[in-house]
Amino acid sequence: MKYLCLVYLDEKRQDELPDEDCVAYDTDIRASGYCLASEALQPVQTATTVRMRNGKLSVTDGPFAETKEQLAGFYMIEATDLNEAIRIAAKIPPARVGCVEVRPIRPIRETVAARTRST
Amino acid sequence: MNGDLSRSMREIVDGVYRSESRRVFATLIRVLGDFDTAEEALHDAFRAALEQWPREGVPANPRAWLVSAGRFKAIDGLRRRARFEKLDDFAEHAESIADESVAPDADDIEDDRLRLVFTCCHPALSPDAQVALTLREVCGLTTEEIAHAFLTAAPTVAQRIVRAKSKIREAGIPYRVPSPEELPQRLDSVLRVVYLVFNEGYSASSGESLTRHDVSGEAIRLARLLVELLPEPEAMGLLALMLLHESRRAARTSASGDLILLDAQDRSRWDRGQIAEGIALVERALPRRAPGPYCLQAAIAAVHAEAPSAEATDWEEIVGLYDLLVLAEPSPVVELNRAVAVAMRDGPLAGLALVDAILARGALSDYRLAHAARADLCRRLARTADARLSYERALALTRQEPERRFLERRLAELKK
Repeated sequence: MKYLCLVYLDEKRQDELPDEDCVAYDTDIRASGYCLASEALQPVQTATTVRMRNGKLSVTDGPFAETKEQLAGFYMIEATDLNEAIRIAAKIPPARVGCVEVRPIRPIRETVAARTRST
Repeated sequence: MNGDLSRSMREIVDGVYRSESRRVFATLIRVLGDFDTAEEALHDAFRAALEQWPREGVPANPRAWLVSAGRFKAIDGLRRRARFEKLDDFAEHAESIADESVAPDADDIEDDRLRLVFTCCHPALSPDAQVALTLREVCGLTTEEIAHAFLTAAPTVAQRIVRAKSKIREAGIPYRVPSPEELPQRLDSVLRVVYLVFNEGYSASSGESLTRHDVSGEAIRLARLLVELLPEPEAMGLLALMLLHESRRAARTSASGDLILLDAQDRSRWDRGQIAEGIALVERALPRRAPGPYCLQAAIAAVHAEAPSAEATDWEEIVGLYDLLVLAEPSPVVELNRAVAVAMRDGPLAGLALVDAILARGALSDYRLAHAARADLCRRLARTADARLSYERALALTRQEPERRFLERRLAELKK
């Protein structure tokens, strides 16, 4: 079986959790073979919600807010910029009935590595 | 002598700042990769101009000079930070900017302004942020001026701008004119921002009107820039629509700040220059196939502008244009406006039947202008009780002072 572990957090409490701890855990779990993919996300203000209705694209600022919609899956994509990411997200079939939240990845490993180098 | 020289040089630099700073800024964002670095570089470039131009004379192409001065200042700054903070990022960034060989040519600079407009009006930013960012970065208004125009606190506007810039950076909103297939929708978003800015200044009609009026002027300047850079029919339509509305500004409020409706306005006070320009634009934009909503609204405003009086207006033509507008942009508000035009063409009874049908659908039951329109039609049909009820409903829904006074006046007239 494969499982997706979703991480929820009050962003105001992000500081209580050093990036170094997260990256250390990430290194361990990847070495153990259990982890297939993992990333940190940028804060929720960077979210963009994409919907397709009757072939018409709708793009709005912010995360999805409908409590009647539930998380149904994910795609991790590589795109040159947000415009390309939106183009791709709009073609994900559930965008026609639900929505796709597009959130940039936070380069947590690179940040921690750079910090280690400069000290 | 020396004092005179430096004063006149300051005037020259100020003049260049007014005419070129937004263009230079737009190019610096592309060259340097972010808004804040570009803003700093812009100020450094003008500081350098104040120092060097008195000695060396004003360069033949001040714009190119400023872009290249700003770019070198930014590279210096990044290299310095790389040394002090030992961060490779800054050094790499500095070298990547320094690498970009040739100075940008004139075409690029015009494209940069368009890039800036599309980035500021990106649909992934909240509508409030789009407006604030556009006025700040494209038009060069200060945070305080924007706050004043939108009756918001300056810190709120400042925070909106900071958040928007951080989303641009972190979510990877590109600095680019959209591809042809994305253009129609992205242009809609830009035009919506421009029209929102215009309406904010236009609907304000008392007290603060002077400064808020400037915001309408800013919207018209923005639309002119768009038409110049991207002569799409809808951009021309929006510019025409705003000019035609603006032409009536002096006639739409009385000396005491009361609202005067279109049919009662003194048409000799309409601005003929703006009308002529608006009509010329409509004629340029309209013959193309399937006109969009801004072109159609501008065409309707043009018919009004050409009419010597409300009675002598070509209502047949106006109803026909509304028929097209209902197809292009179906909305109950458009239907309501069409109903009012039908009332002018076929009499109040025909209009009332349409308004009642719209209200019966429940679509506009909380829209003050629907009740005000119904009240007016009932008044013209001498159905006083119905008219009073609808005026009272409209009054309860309105939040604008001049509108409230207008409705109260109408109610008082009914009681006579």
